[in-house]
Amino acid sequence: MELKSNVPPGPIEQKWTRHKFDMKLVNPANKRKYTVIVVGSGLAGASAAATMAELGYQVQCYCYQDTPRRAHSIAAQGGINAAKNYQNDGDSVFRLFYDTVKGGDFRSREGNVHRLAEVSVNIIDQCVAQGVPFAREYGGMLSNRSFGGAQVSRTFYARGQTGQQLLLGAYQALERQIGLGAVKMFTRHEMQELILVDGRARGIVTRDMITGKIESHIADAVVLATGGYGTVFYLATYAKGCNGTAIWRAYKKGAAFGNPCYTQIHPTCIPVTGEHQSKLTLMSESLRNDGRIWVPKKKGDARSPGQIPEDERDYYLERKYPSFGNLAPRDISSRAAKAVCDDGRGVGSTGLGVYLDFADAIQRLGEATIRERYGNLFDMYERITGENPYKVPMRIYPAAHYTMGGLWVDYNLMSTIPGLFVLGEANFSDHGANRLGASALMQGLADGYFILPYTIGNYFASNKFEKLAGAHAAFKSGETSTAARVQKVLSINGQRTVDSFHRELGSIMWEFCGMGRNEKGLQTALQKIPALREEFWKNVRVLGEGEEINQSLEKAGRVADFLELGELMCLDALERRESCGGHFREEFQTEDGEALRDDEKFCHVAAWEFAGDAKKPVRHVEPLAFENVHLQTRSYK
Amino acid sequence: MNLTLHIWRQKNRHAEGRFVTYEARGISPDMSFLEMLDVVNEGLILKGEEPIAFDHDCREGICGQCGVVVNGSPHGPRPATTTCQLHMRSFKDGDVLTLEPWRANAFPVIKDLIVDRGAFDRIIATGGFITAPTGNAPDGNAILVPKPAADRSMDAAACIGCGACVAACPNGSAMLFVAAKIAHLGYLPQGQPERDRRALAMVARMDEEGFGACTNHGECEAACPKEIPIEFIARMNRDYLKAALFSPAERSGPSDGA
Ligand SMILES: Cc1cc2nc3c(=O)[nH]c(=O)nc-3n(C[C@H](O)[C@H](O)[C@H](O)COP(=O)(O)OP(=O)(O)OC[C@H]3O[C@@H](n4cnc5c(N)ncnc54)[C@H](O)[C@@H]3O)c2cc1C
Ligand code: SF4
Ligand code: FES
Repeated sequence: MELKSNVPPGPIEQKWTRHKFDMKLVNPANKRKYTVIVVGSGLAGASAAATMAELGYQVQCYCYQDTPRRAHSIAAQGGINAAKNYQNDGDSVFRLFYDTVKGGDFRSREGNVHRLAEVSVNIIDQCVAQGVPFAREYGGMLSNRSFGGAQVSRTFYARGQTGQQLLLGAYQALERQIGLGAVKMFTRHEMQELILVDGRARGIVTRDMITGKIESHIADAVVLATGGYGTVFYLATYAKGCNGTAIWRAYKKGAAFGNPCYTQIHPTCIPVTGEHQSKLTLMSESLRNDGRIWVPKKKGDARSPGQIPEDERDYYLERKYPSFGNLAPRDISSRAAKAVCDDGRGVGSTGLGVYLDFADAIQRLGEATIRERYGNLFDMYERITGENPYKVPMRIYPAAHYTMGGLWVDYNLMSTIPGLFVLGEANFSDHGANRLGASALMQGLADGYFILPYTIGNYFASNKFEKLAGAHAAFKSGETSTAARVQKVLSINGQRTVDSFHRELGSIMWEFCGMGRNEKGLQTALQKIPALREEFWKNVRVLGEGEEINQSLEKAGRVADFLELGELMCLDALERRESCGGHFREEFQTEDGEALRDDEKFCHVAAWEFAGDAKKPVRHVEPLAFENVHLQTRSYK
Repeated sequence: MNLTLHIWRQKNRHAEGRFVTYEARGISPDMSFLEMLDVVNEGLILKGEEPIAFDHDCREGICGQCGVVVNGSPHGPRPATTTCQLHMRSFKDGDVLTLEPWRANAFPVIKDLIVDRGAFDRIIATGGFITAPTGNAPDGNAILVPKPAADRSMDAAACIGCGACVAACPNGSAMLFVAAKIAHLGYLPQGQPERDRRALAMVARMDEEGFGACTNHGECEAACPKEIPIEFIARMNRDYLKAALFSPAERSGPSDGA
């Protein structure tokens, strides 16, 4: 397998402009001759589907929810970055590029990241034009806030519902195209297989989640925008249905999987309360603008927070990282929280929590201002915990939140399978080993509105496409294998529920491939996961039939894939014998406990190639070069 | 705590449904309502009974996918709270609860507690947007939006499209949902060029989809988890009347999304 990044030559600021000019175009009248399948209707998928339909392509779009508007992007709270420099605080395209490369701990591709920073400004313009109600100042101009890992204020937001508003903008553009007949929308359809003809991606097989019907769909290119795979941890800030199925099926058809072990554990989530817990809720990072994080200095201090005097509190982020303080990047903040809890200074009934305290901010700004900034988040916290955060500090703890890893793509967002493009969180591209806050929304929309619509045209104009019929052998065999899989799951009728397997997998992943990883733990996980997988295929119980709504069956398909993907994550984590960003190998740390990279051996992307079900996958390497932001030890002190 | 649940079971769109009684035992007050249903379902599966189907995804009150009518109230007893954000501390030991799907002409039940809300998407597709194809936008700050207008627009845009307003309305009307979208776009300068067309097209589509008329019961506002205020309906009626009176051309020409 050859990993050609296809980053165009030339100075970094000119690469994208030149590439846009160099790419071949499809004549406007010819665009309608091409059909594109877009799997996913989140920020990446909806923006891509709408834009390609506007250009004249025939588009089909798929999602597993009952409407495209419910894709998980809807849940993003805090904001979206853009290098507008409206605040006149020294921001620029280059600074956003620099911050993102550094934030990613020098494990991303410079060319891609620079392009992302360039188009960030167009995204805001596009969203405003669509009617996204961003926060405004009294003069009517756009307002900004700060996010972790940056010293400028470049985050645009719509209260605590930025993802919702951006997605509604993209969804409305998509619905407009659906109304015009330019996009055919398939809701409650789950992709089960990717179909290749002559080595190129030419379609998918789906299961209709209402009737159970298994169907083939043919196209000239397939775009996966199916989001992240963080629900492999079971407890995560993701929606329950988020899954790795689409990208995993593509991996098994030959698409390389980039950096599967790079996952982000978010520092500010509401702690677990018990066994019944089905998901974890994020408290937006924007809260760290005004909230101060602390734990008692004394171990096992059981006093209520109000009774602990100022000088007996440890504001550990402010202490360890004075220049970034509570806005230190996520990986660092999460590990710091784990460290104080491991030290016996965690708070709450489980000891797995730290305080996020607004008392100072309320005193300084007044409760009304805090309510205006974060009201809906405070309400959400109160609903879940039954505590009033205006009066007592919030309790927070890290939780799985984002996957930087994903299918490997080149500069054109094309995977190692020709004609298979991957966008948004589903690809591995822009965030290296750690994603900065407010950068995922930016990336999803950059990919969908401004990058793919160009690069896919170049692919069409450079290739010839023969007409295919649904009866083609490749599609028939995809349908048969999907149906067989459904039957197999239904026929086991064992003793354990799907959720019990998922929960067990999640706890293995969290313990051995979570915030801290080490050789021994990863080896253990690599024994436990295959054993659990084997048990799953013998002992899972899924009732009901295939030809109806069957939520256990849907879950079983996803968990079966996670039981394979989890193993690849552990393998990748094991082989990357260094610490970088969110990947913290305990054996590789500095004296004061920070991540210790090994640029000599690991300044590369690891891209895994499937080699067969019982075989070890092959690890390929794409070297990374840093010509514009020089390799340095990341410091936020 | 222990509760008794009377839950609507229905195999599919065409089957007859009925209530079946279940016991929920050992429920913790810290559980969410859907986690309580998870526990019941795990028990059912182990007993060899098919689990109860219910819609959900984000479980944090934002995707709009969940929705159960609990003792006659869409999303249950707690104001401004979706079903997934409702916690069991809102109930007490020994409570008897009736769980039903949304009931409305335009939302057919497709299994147990799940309904088909596709009509909402079709209403948006006829006019719930601003026409702004990618790539044509002026600088974001070239369009100034006064803060009060931006705030009001955001109040309306907070709608999650859950359909509780329809389920709560004795007429099964979708006025609050449609009014929220019209207000979201109508408060912004960007939304003005299509304002008349939007009101006419969306209202026409709403009627075609089989939603009922509004007779001012106000149940929608009370059930709405996002507290969308009913005054947006009055605003929509004004927009509609104005458009119908002064834009006859918009009225006769089919909307491009229809
Ligand atoms: C709680 C939370 C808060 C966040 N806050 C922020 C923030 O403030 N700023 C920021 O930049 N980022 C934030 N993020 C990250 C960001 O929201 C996501 O990374 C981003 O929205 C992902 O968008 P996407 O389009 O790639 O995928 P998604 O929005 O996850 O969409 C995936 C789509 O794929 C479909 N799909 C998936 N699998 C299948 C299948 N097998 N078949 C058919 N369809 C399928 C789904 O139906 C859905 O339509 C947050 C994330 C979370 C969880
Ligand atoms: S108006 Fe309220 S109740 Fe109706 S769909 Fe929107 S959020 Fe739900
Ligand atoms: S599950 Fe998303 S709003 Fe309830």
